[in-house]
Amino acid sequence: MSRLRNPWGQPRFLALITGGYIVWSVVPVLIAIAFAFNNGRSRTTWQGFSTRWFTGETGSVLHDPALRDALGHTLLLAVICVAVATPLGVALALGLQRWRGRGSGSVNSLMLLPLVTPEIVMGVALLLLFLQVFSGIGLGTDAQAIGQITFTLSYVVVIVRGRLVSIGPEFEEAAADLGAPRRDQFFRVLLPLLAPAIVASAAVAFAVSIDDFVVTQYLSSDASTTTVSMLLYSSARGAPTPALNAIATVNLLITLLTLAFAYYVYRRFAGRDEAASLATMEV
Amino acid sequence: MRSRWTWRLVALPGVAWLSVFFLVAFYAVMAVAFGNQDTLSQPIPHWNPLDWNVGYVLDTLDNFFSGGPFLKVSIRTIEFVAIAVALSLLIGYPVAYFTARHAGRWRGAILLALILPLWINYLMRMLAWINLLAPDGIGSDVLHSVGIEKLFLTMGLLDEPGGWLNGQPTTVILALLYGYIPFFILPLFVAIERIDRRHIEAARDLGGSPASAFFRVTLPLSVPGILAGAVLISLPMFGDYYTADLVSASTQTNMMGNQIDEFMRQGSEKVTGAALTLLLSVFLLGLMFYYLRTTRRAGTTAQTT
Repeated sequence: MSRLRNPWGQPRFLALITGGYIVWSVVPVLIAIAFAFNNGRSRTTWQGFSTRWFTGETGSVLHDPALRDALGHTLLLAVICVAVATPLGVALALGLQRWRGRGSGSVNSLMLLPLVTPEIVMGVALLLLFLQVFSGIGLGTDAQAIGQITFTLSYVVVIVRGRLVSIGPEFEEAAADLGAPRRDQFFRVLLPLLAPAIVASAAVAFAVSIDDFVVTQYLSSDASTTTVSMLLYSSARGAPTPALNAIATVNLLITLLTLAFAYYVYRRFAGRDEAASLATMEV
Repeated sequence: MRSRWTWRLVALPGVAWLSVFFLVAFYAVMAVAFGNQDTLSQPIPHWNPLDWNVGYVLDTLDNFFSGGPFLKVSIRTIEFVAIAVALSLLIGYPVAYFTARHAGRWRGAILLALILPLWINYLMRMLAWINLLAPDGIGSDVLHSVGIEKLFLTMGLLDEPGGWLNGQPTTVILALLYGYIPFFILPLFVAIERIDRRHIEAARDLGGSPASAFFRVTLPLSVPGILAGAVLISLPMFGDYYTADLVSASTQTNMMGNQIDEFMRQGSEKVTGAALTLLLSVFLLGLMFYYLRTTRRAGTTAQTT
């Protein structure tokens, strides 16, 4: 192993950079979370511990109408997004995986494109679509949901197809050899094997939807369609109270719990290595 | 074998969805950019390519080539993105390399710390820095007391003491770096991880020093990972408007995304906005297809192994 020693001399130097990087990347967020619990209006000076910005009588996440509604709208969009993107994505993954030959290559590229298109391009494109073509739908909740579904769909397909590849065709073939009808091959063999990936992809879609900003902002109409991300964008530079940090903290907690759940399900039913690949999905 | 149409039918709803809400949506950008506008400067799209009016796109291009404000914004955008990507490489490579090769028993914990920022709302991460860099913020205090503020002031990277959030290009670049570097490190980590250690052993067995083994084996073999990471973070940076808006809030640091955002969402020059969006997409198309090609190739090798 000694010949793999790193050429920069002591790896201690590299360890220092890595440690410094991690502190730099994580500590600012931890400080922002800490100030959500500040017992005062300042976001820069510590005035003691309190949960008033979460549950207090005035101006808290729970009681301020603007904050509460933003959180509610964020969750509403995420639920719609998961409810539509998951079945749509699972079907597309199955179809793409099994369908060989003409057309499958271009559909594959079409499916991956939303993942690499800068969000502002998608935001502008969908905005013009809803203004010029589907003016009947118009901007607002429906448009926001449709916009989010359009790119979370790709996440679902990538996750489910990864699992399809690792399952392989053997189980279905065995079921067929044992005389199972096609319907059973699908519903009693393939679908249960696919279930952890479906649950995980739904969770990832949920998290991606909650944290989306650009598309959601471009397709918003009035104040009732404000999400937590939009609120962070519009109020961060104003003179807000730590309630803004509090709502960001709640948002973060929801995202992380969702992903922890996805990781747990995947690891429990599909094995550790595949679960690890799930964590790096954000591409 | 099922009929060859069954699986196409299963894929159909998803394909239809993407066709309408991605392809047609993008076509709407072209129809507006190559369209006209009414007296209230509301867009009148031209859906038939034969009716396309190239006037507004040509006007926009003319603005670039005659050295107008769009040229200035484009150069600034490329500059910001290039510096942020270079800094990402400078910081990210050692981190990815250490995690892949030397992290030992800390590996799991470090990986978790590297992945975590990917799932923290980008705007929350910006909010964190806005709190820190406010004139009376903790970050401003620390930067002042360790002398970084003074260093930046003498180097001309900062205009006034405590003025981090007053339209400073430096702050925008560092915010972009902070925002996007996690997306750079992870694919790079995967690429370094995948390098076959036997290559390095061979280099050492053949008498190479550790340094030459690194520079002639590991580094060249991690170039695809570096490129993939660089493309992966450049694409969203080129369309970013919120970072500059949040940490600078000045038109002096406007990027291409800000320019488009001003036309599309805030102002009412949607036709010019669409023309700029179209030009930006054409500019980024090469990067997008490069990334798609590399991920597809990685996907096929994963399937065969």
